[in-house]
Amino acid sequence: MESKFFHHALKILRDVCIGCSHCMRVCPTEALRVKDGKAILYEDRCVDCGECFRVCPVNAIIIEQDDFSKIFGYKHRVALVPAVLMGQFPEDLSPSEIYSVLLELGFTDVYEVENSVEVLVDEVNAYVSDGKHERPIISSFCPAIIRLIQVKFPSLVDNIMLLRPPLDVSAHYCKKQLMDKGIAEEEIGIFYITPCAAKIAAIKSPVGEDNSEVTGVINMDLIYNRVLRTLKQKGLETCVLPEKTSLTERSILWSLTNGEAAHVKGRCMAIDEIHNVIEFLEKIESEEITDIDFLELRACDESCAGGVLAAGNRFLTVEKLRSRAANIKAEEETLPDPSWKDIAEYKGFLSSMLAIHPVKPRSMLKLDEDMAKAMKKMERVRRIMCFLPGIDCGTCGAPSCQALAEDIVQGKAAISHCIFIQRNMEQTRKLDPDHAYRIMEKIWGKDRFTKNCNKK
Amino acid sequence: MHFEYKVQGGDFARAGLASSQVKKVLKQLNVDAKLIKRVVVAMYEAEVNVVAHAYQGTINVDIDTERIVMAFSDHGPGIPDIPLAMQRGYSTASPVVREMGFGAGMGLPNIQSNADEFKITSVVGKGTNLEIIVYLNVPQE
Repeated sequence: MESKFFHHALKILRDVCIGCSHCMRVCPTEALRVKDGKAILYEDRCVDCGECFRVCPVNAIIIEQDDFSKIFGYKHRVALVPAVLMGQFPEDLSPSEIYSVLLELGFTDVYEVENSVEVLVDEVNAYVSDGKHERPIISSFCPAIIRLIQVKFPSLVDNIMLLRPPLDVSAHYCKKQLMDKGIAEEEIGIFYITPCAAKIAAIKSPVGEDNSEVTGVINMDLIYNRVLRTLKQKGLETCVLPEKTSLTERSILWSLTNGEAAHVKGRCMAIDEIHNVIEFLEKIESEEITDIDFLELRACDESCAGGVLAAGNRFLTVEKLRSRAANIKAEEETLPDPSWKDIAEYKGFLSSMLAIHPVKPRSMLKLDEDMAKAMKKMERVRRIMCFLPGIDCGTCGAPSCQALAEDIVQGKAAISHCIFIQRNMEQTRKLDPDHAYRIMEKIWGKDRFTKNCNKK
Repeated sequence: MHFEYKVQGGDFARAGLASSQVKKVLKQLNVDAKLIKRVVVAMYEAEVNVVAHAYQGTINVDIDTERIVMAFSDHGPGIPDIPLAMQRGYSTASPVVREMGFGAGMGLPNIQSNADEFKITSVVGKGTNLEIIVYLNVPQE
């Protein structure tokens, strides 16, 4: 059985969209089309990677977050902060200074997401070495990758590691710790500061678990702006959080490329950027590449440092995180207790809730549920492809000739959408030029044909 | 539905092209993922065999709602002793080919274990014909 329901964090603002097709051209799963002068999303194909968000010149693609004021609905307002947030700011700002500003903004507690890595790492190693699971084991860390496997590599769903990622584990931990202090569950709101859209989708519509412990999501760019604004306008009045970090060298680096793979025993590989991942998974799927124990796959270049909502340059973020990790490593040796001793007390509890349900495929590729019908459609696709020019110009409003041919057999487009076919039809008097003009207007909108000196 | 692919002997860089094309087709036909895997693994191994041993070859793939037939026919040295070649671990691959990660002697047995029907004939000095059939309507475990 395939799962049907999914939430997308990415939304297209129809009124803002200018139908420029930039998004359509970069989508790694060909989930976008242009129609009536606007981008439209085929929701079953979207994996929430956010590539479209990066290239939109008019910010018509938004990442749906919770309203910041939602945090004030809770007496205890936890900011769940990933390590990459620190990499966004100038180096002279210390983490405790930034955390202090978060408290000024209205949070009551700050928890570091990767705190749970020290608990998780043994469990991951136990999972990888127990020999019961399909190899290579694919990390569950990046939600865009999980969705990519569901839609594009359904035969690999059983390779996904069925352990919660650090974000979930930390959410469980901070809720439990606050409840152990006598705080009522309904008074706790946990808000994750996200570097990407996929994490939002993972929280709003989790795969492999029934619901998420995270109450809401705030986009990292919003926090980045608010923190810098507060510091510029008011300066830092009180640095109320001189507390030691709960992170270690490896937990700081966990969300970066090779953060996980470096600490898993066996033959491990780390691959970042979604096209690289697709290329590699094609080879894993046909067993051209074998004998790998563990695969860390991340949708963004430079992993979470390259998240679509991260304001800083990803390479500088990586550099800052590495330097922070090196400092913490030096400090660690002088500390009497490990920095993660608080969460260590919860290791038993956290280990007991690490397992997630098997991940179900939701293949986007099939032309029809019924194989005989799918075969008929594919034969039609092949015939249509004989007539299309094969240059993938996108003028028909689909990202490639193949995508147009598939849309045609699914009843979503017509062969006359192809500008080459139109020329042919005009020459043989099968299509009159006015009609051809109307077809193009129907795809790209009327405004595309008027003079415009302010193109984005 | 019929597909034809050419395979160039010695071109390891391009080995796997035909099987990845067929994989795409089977996914679009909504064939069971586990069945696709069997087809693709068998086909990839057979494709690599042609690349490794023959001068050139052709793959003819026919798909209907019942089954997929993959026919490999190559011009090459042929196989003098087929039962021997079918033994796990037996390989005539050169050290160079082995260094590239091929030629572990698992090819033919692996193809057979993934196929529902497996027919191989060979003429020494002329070439080898291999036909693999996988039935598409059998529920997988």
